[in-house]
Amino acid sequence: MAKAKGAIVVEKARCKGCGVCTTVCPTKVIELAAEVNGKGYHYAYMANPDACIGCSNCGIICPDTCITVYRAKAGATA
Amino acid sequence: MSEINSIIKPENLIYKRTEVLSDNDLSYCPGCGHGTVHKLIAEVIEEMDIQDTTIGIAPVGCSVLAYNFLEIDWQQAAHGRAPALATAVKRLMPEKNVFSYQGDGDLAAIGTAETIHACNRGENIVMIFINNGIYGMTGGQMAPTTLPGMAASTCPAGRDVSHDGEPIKISEILAQLPGTCYVTRQSVHTAANVRKTKKALRKAFENQQANKGTSLVEVVSNCNSGWKMTPIKANEWMEENMFPYYPLGDIKSE
Repeated sequence: MAKAKGAIVVEKARCKGCGVCTTVCPTKVIELAAEVNGKGYHYAYMANPDACIGCSNCGIICPDTCITVYRAKAGATA
Repeated sequence: MSEINSIIKPENLIYKRTEVLSDNDLSYCPGCGHGTVHKLIAEVIEEMDIQDTTIGIAPVGCSVLAYNFLEIDWQQAAHGRAPALATAVKRLMPEKNVFSYQGDGDLAAIGTAETIHACNRGENIVMIFINNGIYGMTGGQMAPTTLPGMAASTCPAGRDVSHDGEPIKISEILAQLPGTCYVTRQSVHTAANVRKTKKALRKAFENQQANKGTSLVEVVSNCNSGWKMTPIKANEWMEENMFPYYPLGDIKSE
């Protein structure tokens, strides 16, 4: 059975690059960007989007609440 | 990429920023637990549909600006006096949901008297206590909760218990008072702990609605800047050093 497919949207300008989301992601989807945002922080982004299962761990732990999480049922995006 | 765009659709949305949080950027350092706890309070308020009837009491400390971040009514107390102000607000307006939001320097140091007596009277309020073992806002000075041997700006060689005493476990003390109905210690450093903390906050607000007495939710948190660590390293250090002294879990639940 295929896993659920997920995706996140990081509000780049609000992210402070703390990296806490990278530690709670079970499939290592998120990394901090080499570039910086307007505040000078290395913002989080989906480095490995295919692995996202939409568990929402990153969204609920983000101290600045800048991650929105989507999840499609398995097979729905084929 | 097209696959991602096919997932990002309103019907697939499972987590978004609650509207009880304001649009303002938090003034906290990157990775600070304050932000996560603010968000959890906002989500609990949204889920219980009590945004119009909730009054928060902000402390002195980094979270003195909390009124900028949650779209509810706020009062701002003098340092340590949040439980006294919460008492007044709740007694004058018993139909409101009242909570104080305090740090360890506020609740367990300068406000010890107010804290203990509000709990002893069993005031029907929620107290949210962020314990990071340090005075974060003023430059990382030693707090009553600083761990033995832990360096702070006023004890650079580490806390010496022969001079400064042992760290105070204020939640255990408050749990012995008959006025408290619920005393718990949680953290927000992993997703599982965040979910548990949210449940604890919800239970605390429900206790208030059931007139059960004082509920205290302690959150063992980090202070990356004060501890001089990266956010990820601070969370690891907290797990290794803070939790053995401040074990997580319910201390009292009635």
